[in-house]
Amino acid sequence: MRLKQRATTDPPQADLMPMIDMTFLLIAFFMVLLNFTEAEQDERINLPRSQLAKPIEDRVETPITLQVTADGTILYGGRPYTLEAARKQLLNEAQYLRAIGDSPAEATVIVRADADVAFGRVQELMEVCQDNDFEQFRLRAESDTR
Amino acid sequence: MRIRHSTSASQEQVEMQVTPLIDVVFLLLIFFIMSFKIVVLEGDFDLRMPQASAAAAVPDTPLPPIKVRLLADDAGQLSAIMMGETRLPNFAALNQEVIALVGIDTGPGSLAELAEAEISGDANLKYHYVIDAISAVSGYVDPDTGKIIRLIERIRFPEPDEASAK
Repeated sequence: MRLKQRATTDPPQADLMPMIDMTFLLIAFFMVLLNFTEAEQDERINLPRSQLAKPIEDRVETPITLQVTADGTILYGGRPYTLEAARKQLLNEAQYLRAIGDSPAEATVIVRADADVAFGRVQELMEVCQDNDFEQFRLRAESDTR
Repeated sequence: MRIRHSTSASQEQVEMQVTPLIDVVFLLLIFFIMSFKIVVLEGDFDLRMPQASAAAAVPDTPLPPIKVRLLADDAGQLSAIMMGETRLPNFAALNQEVIALVGIDTGPGSLAELAEAEISGDANLKYHYVIDAISAVSGYVDPDTGKIIRLIERIRFPEPDEASAK
C-alpha cells in the first residue's frame, strides 16, 4: 500500500546509468579499433594476397612508403607522382638522410603496389630507389589466412 | 538568492543533467562507427637488392641463384613459369621444385638459408603473379599443421636489362 502511494507521487524515471555505461564501452571499443597509425593504408590500392607474407611486427627504422595504384601512378605521402618526380623526391629523401648522418641503405622502402599493376612499373620504381642507394625493400601483401 | 539556494537544496536533491552528456556520447559513438574501417592484416616480403655493381663485388652465396622467369601474354596474364630451362605448369609445381631443390630442412646453415632466388618477369605482367611466385619460392603452408614453413629467404629481382638478355 505504501509502496504504491510513493510510486504515484514520484514521476517515473528511467535509470540511465547502464545505458551510459554501455555507450561508453562501445565508444572505447571503436576508438581502440580505429587505427590512427596505419594512415598509409590507401583504399585506392588493392594489395595482392599471399598466405606467406610475414606479419608486420617490428617498427621499421626509416620507412619510406611508396604506393603504386593499378594505373601505375606512384603515391608518396598521399600525393601522386610521375616516375621522374618520384626520382627527384627520392633523391631529396636520400640527401636528407645523409645530412642527418643516416644512410639510405639503412632505410626501408615499403612498396605497396596494386595487384593489377604492371610488374615493369614496380621494377622501374625499385630501380629509381636503387639509383638513390636505397636497397632494403618490403613488398607489402595482404595476409591471406584461409 | 540565499533564500532560494537554501530552499532548493533542502527541498530536493540536486540532480545532474544527463541529457547533454548522452547527446555528446551518442555523437561520439556515431563518429567512431562511421569512421570504423575493418583493418586488413598486411604482411611483408623482405627483399635486399643493392645496386648491381655492389652485389657483384660481394659474392657471398656458394650456390648459383635459382632463376624463375614469369612470362606474360598481351593482356598481362601469366602465360608460363620458367625455372631455369624447365617450364612449370603452376605455382604449386614451382613450390615443389624449390622444395626438391633445397629440401625442407631450413635450420641455420642449411641449403634453404644459403640459396638465393632471382625472380624476373615481363614488364606487362600483373604484379600479383610476382607476389605468387615470391610466395611459392619463400615457403609453404604445411597442410597438416597449418604452420608456415620458410624456404628461400633471399629473393631479388634482377636488373631488367640483365633479365631480358637471358
